[in-house]
Amino acid sequence: MTDTTQAGASKIKLGLFDMTPRQVVLMRRVPVVVVSVLVGFAAIWVLFLADRSWTTDTSAGSAIAEPGEFLVTFLDGLTFAGLLFVVASGFTLIFGLMRTVNMAHGAFFLFAAYIAISVQQKMVGKSRNIESSDVSMLDWFVPLLVGATVAAVVGVLMQQFFLRWNQGQDLRQAIITIAVTVILADQMLFQYGGLAKTMTWPGDVVHFFEIFGQRYASSRLFMFAISLVVAVALWVWLNRTRMGMVIRAGVDDQEMVRALGINITLVFGITFFVGSFLAGMGGVMGASFSGVALGTDGQWLLNSLIVVIIGGLGSIKGAVAGSLLYGMVTAFSPAYLPSDYTFYSIIFTFVILAVVLAVRPNGLFGRTE
Amino acid sequence: MMPTNSRSLAVAIAFVALVLLPLIGSDFFVDFVMTRTLMLGLAASTIVFLSAYGGMDSLAQWLIFGVVGFAIGNLVAESGRGLKFGWEPWLAVPVALAVATLLALVLGVLSARSTGIYFLMLTLTYAVIGFYFFGQVTTFSGFGGMTGIDPPDFFNGEPRRLYYAALILSALAYVAFRAIARTPFGMALQGVRDDPVRMESLGFNVQVHRTLAFTLAGFVAGLAGVLNIWWNGQIDPTSIGINPTLDLFIIAVIGGIVHLEGAWLGAFVFLGANIYLRDIPVIGNIGGVIHDRILAEERFNTVVGLILLVIMLTSPDGLAGMIARLRDRLRGRTPDDEDHLIDIGYQPTSKTQLG
Repeated sequence: MTDTTQAGASKIKLGLFDMTPRQVVLMRRVPVVVVSVLVGFAAIWVLFLADRSWTTDTSAGSAIAEPGEFLVTFLDGLTFAGLLFVVASGFTLIFGLMRTVNMAHGAFFLFAAYIAISVQQKMVGKSRNIESSDVSMLDWFVPLLVGATVAAVVGVLMQQFFLRWNQGQDLRQAIITIAVTVILADQMLFQYGGLAKTMTWPGDVVHFFEIFGQRYASSRLFMFAISLVVAVALWVWLNRTRMGMVIRAGVDDQEMVRALGINITLVFGITFFVGSFLAGMGGVMGASFSGVALGTDGQWLLNSLIVVIIGGLGSIKGAVAGSLLYGMVTAFSPAYLPSDYTFYSIIFTFVILAVVLAVRPNGLFGRTE
Repeated sequence: MMPTNSRSLAVAIAFVALVLLPLIGSDFFVDFVMTRTLMLGLAASTIVFLSAYGGMDSLAQWLIFGVVGFAIGNLVAESGRGLKFGWEPWLAVPVALAVATLLALVLGVLSARSTGIYFLMLTLTYAVIGFYFFGQVTTFSGFGGMTGIDPPDFFNGEPRRLYYAALILSALAYVAFRAIARTPFGMALQGVRDDPVRMESLGFNVQVHRTLAFTLAGFVAGLAGVLNIWWNGQIDPTSIGINPTLDLFIIAVIGGIVHLEGAWLGAFVFLGANIYLRDIPVIGNIGGVIHDRILAEERFNTVVGLILLVIMLTSPDGLAGMIARLRDRLRGRTPDDEDHLIDIGYQPTSKTQLG
């Protein structure tokens, strides 16, 4: 009897288990240890083991044996991460300031892409089979700006008419944006049909160059450069301007900003404009990179959600981290899975989500509420 | 809050009417409208249960519904895609339900620490990953989907038996969900919904309550999935994609995500709109331009989106909330929106018990 009381005094009930504080501390480390082992194994696999005669076939060889294939996969991941960042940063910007989950983000992506494609067709003067040699830099950047601006205007209209007056009711706002998505998606299907469409890169950026004996498309690097410009511009806007200061303050304490006499409603409108503009810009880049079709909207809503869930909602730093992690995993998992099982790479998306949530429930840079 | 007696009375009358329906309704109405209403209502009721009692707005219910379909398809089908085990249909049911419940448990554990809008996004992510999983992993299906999944002989070619099965399961789920709300578990769950921090300090394990509720809802969504696969005989990844996922959520929201019976009401309105809307002359000829440009053939989703938008802008607790307010007004009571919102936990501080 005395034994149990003595032991019981120092035990903590954790779920179904009674543990000593020391055991609790050890238990808390379990997820981290498991994650480290998994990541370590993946790294060793990619660096040394993949595609050796004594392991299994993978479509890319290990980094030691085939540095070119490794580098190409890495660049694929990096450039895709750039596109992910452009789209997801808009999503996270809107959420960070207004706590509005914009489920229509994917629909704005697709809408801007369709607009830009038709503008490009008008400018080039052809409705099909546009070659990149027909497309000048202007024929690409003007559609980009038009498409993204249209998406931004639609976003602001939605915010002003449907979301402005029920600020704070986050579920209601999310459902309203779902309704807008349903309507917009249906009308786009009606206007543009269900076939895939692509935007054409300007001829100046369509080259191939060689790295370690592998050909690589410079248009992907062009896309990455645009993403970098967006990231830098966002950073400057948020950290070096008065407006950015107000937004950062609004993320921390909206009521206080309002009380200081700042017109936060205007700031909300501008943030929504920028957020939807980024979705539209991503849409035009995505349409040039891999084309768009019916269902692309849902896919990019998913991509944005995954990035912000990994990185933490409302954090631009988180959007960078989430994009990089997700972009790398989507590039590396099909390349380095045994070739009979590459279709399982979708599971890795789920695995990174599960892993991040197990270690940090609010995402890598998310705040506890 | 609606007086419990009159609410139960209305539900009981509806139940009796549904039992008698096959005697008077046409085959088309019973099989294509009402059986599907009951199936979708059953699935949507799990969303309402989680939202109203647990404060969790889940978009993963349709995924679990679909996973049961794929599980039964893989176990039962003898040819085509998938594993082709060719089992006896009844034998596949417990296995498929076990898979669904296990999946719900895993997803529940992963998301139990998230709440509110974060939970909504997380479950949407699971749903879309599920779509890609069944699309890409050809071991289980591939984008082409599976066909020729026969129901047990008892239901084969007997749509009315399937209707009664759906009715019985719906009634059981309705009664069970309301009964659970009064058990100690249900009370604690509602406490977790209203104030997780207080419940935690009172010694309740918040995450375990959330996980168990999610698992239970997953099991019930799985039951609806069994009915669906027997009714449909086929399933493909598109049918568990983002659009149907949102449709089910829309059903729950249209009905009124705060009232359990709203799930079936919402399913009825949704399917009714889907099937009969085009035949209504007013909507069919709503003026040349609008008709041609916006409401032209097959623009059903636009109409659903507009309905959803109007409902969310005017009555966040859906049709069931509208009906409750209308009745209050008829009785000369001042309509009190707050009451109905408290009914489902939109007010985090409320301690009202759900009935």
